[in-house]
Amino acid sequence: MTSNSPSEKRLEELREQAWKDGVVPGKGVDVAGGPIPRQPGYYGQPVVKPPVWTWEIPFYFFIGGAGGMSAVIASAAFTFHHVDLARAAMWLAAAGSILSPILLIMDLGRPRLFINMLRVFKPQSAMSMGVWILVMFITCVVPGLIALELHALQVFTGPMDQLLRIAASFLIFGSAIFGMLLATYTGVLIGATAIPAWFLHRVLLPIHFGTAGLGSAAALLELLGHRIAALNALGYYAAAVESALLIWLSVDKHGAADRAIHEHASGWLIRIGEILTGPLALVLRLFSLVPFAAISFLIGALVSRFGWIAVGKVSGSDPESVFAAEHY
Amino acid sequence: MIGEGIQSTNQRKHSYVQDRVEVGFFTDPSVCIGCKACEVACKEWNQVPDDGFTWSGNSYDNTGHLGASTWRHVMFLEQDRQKGNQITGPMGLTEAEDPFRWVFLSDVCKHCEEAGCLEACPTGSIVRTEVGSVLVQNDVCNGCGYCVVSCPFGVIDRRPEPLPDAGGAFKCTFCYDRQKSGLVPACAKVCPTESIVFGRLDDLRARGAERVQQLQQSGYNDAQLYDPTETSVRGIHAFFLILGEPEAYGLPPKPQIPTIYLKSAWTSAFATAIASLIAALAAFAFFS
Ligand code: SF4
Ligand code: SF4
Repeated sequence: MTSNSPSEKRLEELREQAWKDGVVPGKGVDVAGGPIPRQPGYYGQPVVKPPVWTWEIPFYFFIGGAGGMSAVIASAAFTFHHVDLARAAMWLAAAGSILSPILLIMDLGRPRLFINMLRVFKPQSAMSMGVWILVMFITCVVPGLIALELHALQVFTGPMDQLLRIAASFLIFGSAIFGMLLATYTGVLIGATAIPAWFLHRVLLPIHFGTAGLGSAAALLELLGHRIAALNALGYYAAAVESALLIWLSVDKHGAADRAIHEHASGWLIRIGEILTGPLALVLRLFSLVPFAAISFLIGALVSRFGWIAVGKVSGSDPESVFAAEHY
Repeated sequence: MIGEGIQSTNQRKHSYVQDRVEVGFFTDPSVCIGCKACEVACKEWNQVPDDGFTWSGNSYDNTGHLGASTWRHVMFLEQDRQKGNQITGPMGLTEAEDPFRWVFLSDVCKHCEEAGCLEACPTGSIVRTEVGSVLVQNDVCNGCGYCVVSCPFGVIDRRPEPLPDAGGAFKCTFCYDRQKSGLVPACAKVCPTESIVFGRLDDLRARGAERVQQLQQSGYNDAQLYDPTETSVRGIHAFFLILGEPEAYGLPPKPQIPTIYLKSAWTSAFATAIASLIAALAAFAFFS
């Protein structure tokens, strides 16, 4: 072995380093600050547990939000005699009502035991309330859509058709009520938890999720070819609210407690989501680029749902966020 | 004979479940020797699977934190403080007084008076037992994961694949099965120093307060009880004596049960829902 072989060089380096720094840290050995660890809390371990949810849940937030608010638009459209639009919106709502439970069940640790959620009705559990809202939504949407289609296609005539029209209007209104709750309760679901970056924004979250749902529903209908002023107005409304929330979020900062919203990759997801649903969608609408505004809003609404779950994972794993949240 | 021998509440048979007496754990790090008998006893009795092995810092902690497969966790704190009247000397290269202490504390589910996990569970899998403990019924849980983010102490977790019984949420059962037969929880039974004491909650609370006083008198100025009775959790049934601040043990100083956030969140949700309905109606009324 010659004295300048790589292994000998490495030993020389170590000797130099030991002489210079007084210590040579190895991989996996924690020597910062000597024998006393300097991480926050207990060895930097999380104080609360981060959420175990995977992609299904943010996707469900998106689908449930858009589907639920589609029923709201359907109800308004039906009231003002836009039957075709009401039909398209009810189809969207129905699609959402079918996909939502599938996603929800896919995320369960034991999907086969899903039915156990229907054992109890628990007002103090947002998860339980959400399941019942979803059940009621499906119960209204599916027969509502059938009644509406039978009425619109004039399958029956006379009093039977009258009856169908009345049934449809009731069921669509019911769908709207449970749909608007389906779109907003998800904010309560994550807002009423022990995760600091979530519970500190428990008032903002339902506003954001609900409005993103409304905007997404309008955007989807516009992309399906229903380019009418009413939907454009709803697009403006949603983008304006989202822009206001963007400002709210950048003003209402809680330091280390909710830094997951402003730092890390999770912070970028939130920022991108907010810009796409807020200012960008607004500007595109101002320039009459409606399809682009719709696409921007939809992507933003989806990204931001993933962002909020990512925020929960970062914030829940960060012991300092819990300690900092105690001061609010 | 160790401690009070068979007179100790850790060793004698009881009928707390039948008598519906509130029971608890009092865990006292000032006598803990870090032997991990409690961790082992818990794993063995409850047949909790192995979930990996990693050391924390420079200590002998190889479990890290409580979780789905760690129901007792012995913490090894390394601190630059005196422990009681401990004599300190120079340590390392400098001549300066360099106090160092090692504190061991066996962490466990707190069995909260107001339990976040129990309130959150949408299947009714989590229940309150006759002895006031919080129990997860494994065969009911469908693994929705909502309890995980609702526990203010980060205790309960969903067990990942490929461990046995994966997908369900798990935590300390307070050895409810043993208690029903008049036996003491496994961890308390094996603890050689009675650092873990099992017994009637009111007795334990009195014992804890007395122990804090005793320690303070013998120079442990930073001894205190960790039992958040002033917050919305309203006290815990498995409470601790700690030396120093709760943060160093990874314990939240002011834990809150998340249900206190429901009112403002639901108000916001209802307001948003109604605003959306009005916006939709107005849009069709004025723009068509
Ligand atoms: S410490 Fe957590 S898991 Fe244990 S009872 Fe309290 S809320 Fe439930
Ligand atoms: S994971 Fe199981 S125990 Fe936890 S809230 Fe869901 S159903 Fe209840």
